[in-house]
Amino acid sequence: MTILLQEIKQQKVAILIWSLSIGLLIAVCVLMYPEMKSEMDGVNELFASMGSFTAAFGMDRLNFGTLIGFYAVEGGNILAIGGAFFAAITAISALLKEEKERTAEFLLTHPVSRAKVVTGKLLSVYAIILILNAIVLVCSLLSVAIIGEEIDLGLVLLFHLAYLLMQFVIAGICFGISAFLSRSGIGIGIGIAAVMYFLNIVANISKDAEVLKYITPFGFCEGADLINDKALNVPYLCVGLCLMAAGIAAAYVKYCRKDINA
Amino acid sequence: MNVIETRELTKTYGKNRGIDKLGLTVKEGDFFGFIGPNGAGKSTTIRTLLGLISPTSGSAKVLGYDCVKESTKILKNTGYLPSEINFYTGMKVKDVIKYSADLRGVKCGEKAALLAERLGLGLEKKVNELSLGNRKKVGIVCAVQHSPKLLILDEPTSGLDPLMQREFFAILNEENKRGATIFFSSHILSEVQNYCRTAAFIRDGGIIMCDSVEKLEETGTKKVSVKTAEGTKEYLFKGDVNALLQNLAAQKVLDVTITEPSLEEIFMEYYDTKSNKAKAV
Repeated sequence: MTILLQEIKQQKVAILIWSLSIGLLIAVCVLMYPEMKSEMDGVNELFASMGSFTAAFGMDRLNFGTLIGFYAVEGGNILAIGGAFFAAITAISALLKEEKERTAEFLLTHPVSRAKVVTGKLLSVYAIILILNAIVLVCSLLSVAIIGEEIDLGLVLLFHLAYLLMQFVIAGICFGISAFLSRSGIGIGIGIAAVMYFLNIVANISKDAEVLKYITPFGFCEGADLINDKALNVPYLCVGLCLMAAGIAAAYVKYCRKDINA
Repeated sequence: MNVIETRELTKTYGKNRGIDKLGLTVKEGDFFGFIGPNGAGKSTTIRTLLGLISPTSGSAKVLGYDCVKESTKILKNTGYLPSEINFYTGMKVKDVIKYSADLRGVKCGEKAALLAERLGLGLEKKVNELSLGNRKKVGIVCAVQHSPKLLILDEPTSGLDPLMQREFFAILNEENKRGATIFFSSHILSEVQNYCRTAAFIRDGGIIMCDSVEKLEETGTKKVSVKTAEGTKEYLFKGDVNALLQNLAAQKVLDVTITEPSLEEIFMEYYDTKSNKAKAV
C-alpha cells in the first residue's frame, strides 16, 4: 500500500495531463458532432470510396451519421492511441525507473520483499490506468450530456471497458519487459503500443492477416464489432489476458532474482 | 554472536571479479571498519550482504539470517547508507524520511526530527535540490531513525564537511553504545583509526588482514621524508618512533616530514612483508 500510494503521488501531474488531454480531445470531438451531423451523409459516401483505408480503421462497418458510430471512430482512436501509449510508458517505467534514477538501492534496502515491491508497482500501474480511464469517461459523458444527443450508454461503457482492458494487456506486457531493463525503456514501451496498433490496422485491411487480432489487444476494441455484437470478442480477449498474465509472471520471476547494480 | 559472517563469498560479473572467496566476521556490538581502495570489492560485499546482488558462490549470514533467502529479515533490523545516495525527484526531505519509516512500518518521527536538527537538515527542502552532503544527511536519518541492530555504511563521510563528520561519528558512537553494531567501509585510514575497534583490509576482492585497530596501530607504519645535503630520501618506517627520532637527530637534516602513509603504501608494505615471509619459508 505504501508503494502504491507513493507511485500515485509521484505521478499525479502526469496522470492529470494525460487524462485531461485525452478526455478533452474526445470531448471536443463530441461537441463538434451536432455541427458535423448534417454533413455526415457526404462523409459516409466519401469514406465508402476510400477502400482499404476505411477498412483499416473499421469505418467501413460504422455509420458516421449516428453519435455512437462517430464516437466509436473519433473517441475510439483517441483513446486507443493515447491510452495505449500512456499504459505502455507507465508500465515500462514502473520497475525500470528505480534503477534508472538510482533509487532502487534506497527502496530495496527496506524490509519489503522483492515480490511485494513488484506487487506494489503492479497495483500502482493498474490504479493509475484506472484513474486515467475514469477521468476520460467523465469528460466523455459530460460532453455527450452537453450536446443533448441520445446515445446508447451501455455501448459507451462497453467501449471504455474494452479500451481499459486493452490498456491492461499492454501494461502487463510492458511491465514484464520493465523487469529485464536497467536503463532506458520508454522507447520500447511506445514501440510496443505502436506495433500493436498497426497490427490491428493490418488485420483490418487483409482477411489473411485476421489472425493478428489474436496477438494485438486492439483486436477486441474494434468499434464496429462492439456496436454489432454488443459484447467483447471473448477469444481475442482471452489471448490478450494470457499475454498480460505472462508479462506479469515474467516480471515476478525476473525481478525477484535480479541483481541491482550501482 | 557474529552479526556478519561470510564463508568463501564470491561474486563475479561475467569474467570480472567482484569479490573472491571472501571470509569476514563481525562481532555483535563492534565498531568495524572495512578498508580498501576503489574497486577492491567493498561495495560488492555490502550489496551482497543486503541482498541487492546474489553471490555467485559461498554464503553469508547477517544477524543470523541467510543473505539470499532471508534478506527481508536482515533489512528489518539494518540501517544502510549507500556511498552515492539518490531519492525521488520532487519529494521533500520530510516526505522521504517518512516514506522510509512507512516502508519499515514504524513510527519514529521524534528521533528523525532530532537527528535532522543535529545534522542541520532542512526538512522542507526538495531532495533533488540538495548537495551530496545534504543528501547524505537525509540518508543518515533514514538509516538511523528506526534504531537498527546493525548499521551498514558505505563510505559515509564523502561529501560531509569536517564538523558534520564529527557530529555523524558522535551519532554512530551513541548508536554503538545503545548496542548497535557499526560496519562502515572507507578508504580513509584515519577515520578507521579514530573510531573503529576492529578493521579489515580488502584488496582484489579478498580480505588481506583483519584485526583490532589497537594491534594495527602497534605495528603502525610512518612515511618519512628526509632532506639532507645529499638529497631527499623517502621511506616507510615501522617500529618505535623514538628510535626514528634518534636516528634523525644523528644526521644533519635540512628538513623532515613524517606523515601517515597512504593506504596504497600500507598495502604494499603488507604485500612486501607477506612475500618476504613466503621467501623465508
